[in-house]
Amino acid sequence: MASIKIPTPLRAYTGGQAVVPVSGDTVKEVLQDLTSQYPDLRQHIFDGDKLRSFVNVFIGQEDTRFRDGLETLVDEADELRIIPSIAGG
Amino acid sequence: MTVIISTDIHAQIRRYLEGTFPNEGGGFLIGKLENEHRIVTESRFVKNSFETEEQYHRYLMESGAYQDAEDEADARGLSLLGYFHSHPNHPAVPSEFDRVHAWPHFLYLIVSVREGEAVESLAWELADNRDRFYPVALEEIKVN
Repeated sequence: MASIKIPTPLRAYTGGQAVVPVSGDTVKEVLQDLTSQYPDLRQHIFDGDKLRSFVNVFIGQEDTRFRDGLETLVDEADELRIIPSIAGG
Repeated sequence: MTVIISTDIHAQIRRYLEGTFPNEGGGFLIGKLENEHRIVTESRFVKNSFETEEQYHRYLMESGAYQDAEDEADARGLSLLGYFHSHPNHPAVPSEFDRVHAWPHFLYLIVSVREGEAVESLAWELADNRDRFYPVALEEIKVN
C-alpha cells in the first residue's frame, strides 16, 4: 500500500498522523482515499475538483504537476507527499 | 493560543526583514507546541524566489525549502510552527493573497517594515473554514 506524508499544519485533521497509508492507482484516487478517511482535509487540498494552486503532490522527489498531474500513476510502494508552496504578499 | 518568541529571535527576524527592504523577505518559525502555546525556538531565513520586479509586494519560498525545514523539524522532534514574511510600507495585516495561499493550524507572523525599519509584528492564523485570518497573541520573552 502506498503512503502519503501529511504536511505539519494538516496533521490537525489526521489525528496527528504524519504518514497515512492510502490506496489508489492514480494521484487523484489516492487523494480521494485520503479525504474519505479524513473529510475535513478536502477543502484545504482541493478547490472544487482541482488541487489548490499552492498545493503540490510529490512522488519521491518528483512534483506530479510535471508528470500527469492528478492522473499520474501510483505504485503500491510509492511514498507520496503533500507540499505547499509558501507564498505571501 | 499564544505565540511565545524570545527577544533575540524576534530581533533577528526584524533585522533580516529590514535587510530585505524594499522587497519582501521571509522564513520559517520552528519550535514546540505546549498545551495551547506555540513556542518559537528558532527561525530559518529563506530567500524570496518570486520574480525580482514583483518582490516589493510578493514573497515565494524557493523550491525545496519547505521539505527541508519540515524534515529537519520532524527528525529533531520539533514542529514547523509557521512562517514569517514582511509587508514593506504596508500594515502587518494579511492580504487576500496571503489568505488564498494559507492553511489553518499554521502560524503567519507578518512584520511591517516602513522605510527600512521594522515597526510592527502581528501573528495570525487562518480560520478552519478559510474565510478569514484571526489574530493570535504574540508574547516576547527575554531568555538568558
